[in-house]
Amino acid sequence: MSGSEFVRQMPGASPELSRKVGLDQRLHIDLPLLSLLLVLTGYGLIVLYSASGQSIETLHRQGRFLLIAYVGMLVVAQVDVERIKRLAPWAYLLGALLLLCVPYFGVGAKGAQRWLSLGGFRFQPSELMKLVLPMAVAWYLSNRTLPPRLKLIFASLVIIAIPTVLIARQPDLGTSILIAASGLFVLFLSGISWKFIFGAAGMAVLAAFPMWRYTLHDYQRQRILTLLNPESDKLGAGWNIIQSKTAIGSGGFEGKGWLNGTQSQLDFLPESHTDFIIAVLAEEGGLRNVLLLLLIYILIIARGLWISLNAQHCFGRLLAGSITLTFFVYVFVNMGMVSGLLPIVGVPLPLVSQGGTSLVTLLAGFGLLMAISTEKRIMDQ
Amino acid sequence: MLYTVTLKDPYAEKRIFAARVIAVSLIVAALLLLLVWRYFSLQILDHEIYQTQSERNRVQLQPVPPKRGLIYDRNGVLLAENIPSYSLVLVKEQIADFDQTIAALRSLIVLNDDHIVRFEKRQARRRPYQAVPLKFKLTEEEIAIISVNRNRLPGVDVDAQLVRYYPHGEMFAHALGYVGRINERELLEIDPVSYSGTYEIGKIGLEKYYETTLHGEVGYQNVETNARGRVLRVLERTDPEPGADLILNLDAKLQKVAYDALSSAGDRGAVVVMNPKTGAVLALVSTPSFDTNLFVTGISNSDYGELRDSLDLPLFNRALQGQYPPGSTLKPMLGMAGLHYGVVTKEMELYDPGWYKLPNDDRRYRDWNWKRGGHGARVDMDMAIVESCDVYFYDMAYRLGIDHIHDYLHPFGLGHVTGIDSTHERSGLLPSRDWKRKMKRAPWFPGETVNMGIGQGYMLATPLQLAVAISAVATRGQVTVPRMVQSVGGVRLTVPELPPIRSKAEHWDVIINAMERVVHSVRGTAHRIAKGAPYKMAGKTGTAQVISIAMDEEYDAEQIEKRKRDHGLFVAFAPVDDPTIAVAIIVENGEHGGWVSPIARKLFDAYLLEDGQLVDR
Repeated sequence: MSGSEFVRQMPGASPELSRKVGLDQRLHIDLPLLSLLLVLTGYGLIVLYSASGQSIETLHRQGRFLLIAYVGMLVVAQVDVERIKRLAPWAYLLGALLLLCVPYFGVGAKGAQRWLSLGGFRFQPSELMKLVLPMAVAWYLSNRTLPPRLKLIFASLVIIAIPTVLIARQPDLGTSILIAASGLFVLFLSGISWKFIFGAAGMAVLAAFPMWRYTLHDYQRQRILTLLNPESDKLGAGWNIIQSKTAIGSGGFEGKGWLNGTQSQLDFLPESHTDFIIAVLAEEGGLRNVLLLLLIYILIIARGLWISLNAQHCFGRLLAGSITLTFFVYVFVNMGMVSGLLPIVGVPLPLVSQGGTSLVTLLAGFGLLMAISTEKRIMDQ
Repeated sequence: MLYTVTLKDPYAEKRIFAARVIAVSLIVAALLLLLVWRYFSLQILDHEIYQTQSERNRVQLQPVPPKRGLIYDRNGVLLAENIPSYSLVLVKEQIADFDQTIAALRSLIVLNDDHIVRFEKRQARRRPYQAVPLKFKLTEEEIAIISVNRNRLPGVDVDAQLVRYYPHGEMFAHALGYVGRINERELLEIDPVSYSGTYEIGKIGLEKYYETTLHGEVGYQNVETNARGRVLRVLERTDPEPGADLILNLDAKLQKVAYDALSSAGDRGAVVVMNPKTGAVLALVSTPSFDTNLFVTGISNSDYGELRDSLDLPLFNRALQGQYPPGSTLKPMLGMAGLHYGVVTKEMELYDPGWYKLPNDDRRYRDWNWKRGGHGARVDMDMAIVESCDVYFYDMAYRLGIDHIHDYLHPFGLGHVTGIDSTHERSGLLPSRDWKRKMKRAPWFPGETVNMGIGQGYMLATPLQLAVAISAVATRGQVTVPRMVQSVGGVRLTVPELPPIRSKAEHWDVIINAMERVVHSVRGTAHRIAKGAPYKMAGKTGTAQVISIAMDEEYDAEQIEKRKRDHGLFVAFAPVDDPTIAVAIIVENGEHGGWVSPIARKLFDAYLLEDGQLVDR
C-alpha cells in the first residue's frame, strides 16, 4: 500500500477496516468486463475474417487497432475519476470548437465532411464527442441537486443539442443519434420526472405532423420515406437490405458454416465487413451464433449497469450508466437496421465491425467504466 | 417562508438512480426481446423463403451478345465480317496469387506490360466472377500451350468470341470506318443492358453511323452457378437478335480501281465516285490508308503512334474531311451563276491580255493557265472553260458580286455538309459577306470576289462536296444527298430529296458542252483521256495552290519541292447525254488537274464498259 493511499484512511483505523485490494484493483482493471470484451473482440475477429473475403491483411489491420485500443483503454482506466470530472467541461468546449472547424477546415469522404487533419494525422471530432458529451452533461448535473429542475434540464438539452446538430449537418445521422442518446441517457438517469419525459415525447410527436406537412420539401419527404421503407427502391438503398435479410434468413438455426455463406462470399452482401457484418454471422453461424453474440453483449451491458450502480459518486454513476446504455444503442440500432427493423443509418456493430476509430472510442469508453469501477472507496457500506 | 430543500442528498440520488437503472433495464430487455424475435422470425419462421431467395441469387442471368451485322458491296462482295477469335481470360476471384499466375503465364506465352496494364483497366469495371480478357487473338500454338497447362492455372481460361474482320483492310478503310473496344466515354452513352457481353462498338464511318442497326439485340441465358460462381448448366435461353446486314451502294470493283490508281503511285489524295441521279456513292477512297483490322481488338500504342505521327496522315479521311480550294473545278458552277444572273451570255467575249486588274487598283491578277500565245485575244464562256481561262472568270466573278456567287453555289452542296450517311464529314467553306464579318471581323473586299472566280481565296470544298456539285451539273440541277448504304437488312433505304437548281436549259447546254470539250477537244485541258473512249465525257480540271506565290512571280514547279507543289483536281461525269457516273478526284501535290484526269478515265471504263463494249447502267 502506498503512502498516499494510507493518509486517506481514517486516522488510527485498523487495516481490517480497509478493503482488501487485489492486483486487478491496483491496475484499475475490471476483470469480468475485460474478459467479456476479450471474448467479444476475439469472436469478432473470426467473423471479420470470413466477412472480409478471408483477408489476412484485414485481420492484421484490425488486430493492430485492437492492440492500440486495449492499451488506450488501460491508460484511460488509470485516470482518477475526480480528474476526469474536472476535465469534462474543457474537453467539451474543445470538442465543440473542433466540430465547428469541420465545415471550414475539414476533409471529406463519400460526400460528407467529418474529418479534421492535423499535421498529417486525421481524426473525427465526432468520435471524441461520443465520450465527451456524456462526461459534460454528467459533470453539469452531478454538481447540482438531483433530480434536476426545469432550468437545469433545458441547459443540459442545449449542451446536448450543440454537438448533435453540428454532427447531423456533416451529415452523419448515425453518429448524431448515438451522441444525442448518450446525453439524453445522463438526463434520464439523473431522475428527471416521468411527466417531463412523456410530455416531451408527446410534444415531439405533435410537432412532427405540421413539420412533415408544411416545412419539408417534397424531396426531403421522399428521402425520409425511402429511409423508412428502403424496399421501395430495390436497386438502390433497397438492394442492401434485401440482400442482408436474405443472408440472415437463409442462415437458419444452424448456419451454412464458417466461410460457406454464399451471400457473403459471392459478394451479394454489401458492406459485409463493416456495417452489415452481423448478416455474415447470421448466414454462416445461424441463429445460435447470433444468440451467443447477443448474450455476450447482454453480459457486457449488465456488467456496465452493475458498475454504474456501485459507483462512488454521482458523476461516475451517470457517466457509467450513459456509456453502457449508448453501447446498447449501438447494438440495437445496428442489428435492427441490418435485419430491416430500423432504417439504414451508418452505425457499426460495436467491437466486431471493421474500423479502427470506432474500436478506439468504444474501448476508451470501457476504460472510463473501469476507472469508475476501480475507484478507491472512501467508505464501504 | 418555506424553502425547498436544495442540499444534495447522496442517498436519495442513489435511490433514484437505482430506480432508473431498473426501469431502463426493463426497456433494454424489451428491445432485446424484439431483436431476438426479429432474428428468430427471419431465420426460423421465414427461413425457407430466404433459403430459396439465396438459391436464386446463385442462378445468374448472363448476357449473350448479338452477332454484328455484315457489310456487303452492291454486288454481294463481303466487306466486313465476324470471325472467331480466341482470347486468354482470367477470373480474379479464382486466382489465389495473381502475380504468380502472371509470372507462370509469362513463361508460357508472350505477355508484355501493356497487356497487364490494359487488363487492370478492364478489371476495374467488371462484375464479380466475370472473366476478363488478358490477351486477344491467341495463335493456335498459344491455345495449345495454355490448354495443356490449364490444370495448374486455376482461374485461367481460353474464351472464343466473334470479332470484326475486314477482308480488304486498307482499301475500304475510309469508306467503312471500323469498330474498336468500347471506351469509358462511350460506356456512358450506350445502353449498358444492350451492350452487356459486347466488347466492340463502331468508332468511325459507317460502322459508327449505322451502329444501332449493326449491333442487334442482346440475348440472355439463365445459368446455374455453384457457390464459387462457376457455371454448372444453362437453364433457359433467349437468343440474341443479330444486327442487320448492310448492302452498300459501293462497287468493290470501282473501289479497287480508284484505290490502285491512287496508291500505286504512292499518291496522297481522294476519289469520290457517285451516281449523279441517285446520289449512290459508288467508290470512296482516301490514300494513304491503313489496316482497319488493327483497331478491332485495340491497337497497340506503337502501331497507333506510327499512324498518328505519319506525315502522310493515313488516318485522315481526305474524301470527307479534306478541305481544299476547289480551284478551276468551281468554274462550271460559277459559269452557271454568271449565265443565270445574266452578267455574261454565251456569245459575250472578253479581251484577255493574260492578266486582270480591278478598276482603281494596280494589283494584277495573273492567269495561271495562260501560255504564251495561249488563249488568244478574245475569250468566250466556252473557251474560258475548255482552256480554263482565269481572266474571264476574274471579270465575271467581279461583276457577279460575292452575294450572287454565294447564293447560287450554296444549293450545289457547297459550304455545308452534304448529309452523307457516315461520320466526321466537314462542311468546307463558301465565303459570304456575313461569314467574313462574323469570323474575320472585316468587310468583304472586291479583290476577294475576284479570287473566288477561280475557286481560290477563302473557298474550301471536300472531294465529296465536289462530287455532289458536279453531279448536280450532270443532272442539270438535280441535287442529291450522297448515300453509302443501299439497303439495311434487305429493306431499301429511301433517299432524301432536295429542291432542284432551276436554270434555263440553254445555260446548262453551254456549260455541259464546254465541259465535254475540256475532254474531247484538242485544246481541252484534259484531252489526253479522250482517246479511244466509246462514250462522251464531260469534265473540268483544277489546280489548288498550296503555297501562295506573289502575284507577278513566275511559277516554276521544278524549284518547289514535291510537298509544296499544287494539288491537282479533276471533276467529271459520263456519258454526257445520260450521266450515270460522276467523279471528283484530288491528288495532293499532283500539280495540275490534267495530270490527274486519267484516273477518271479508268473509273469510267471500269463502270461503263464490259469487254470494251458499252453496257447499260
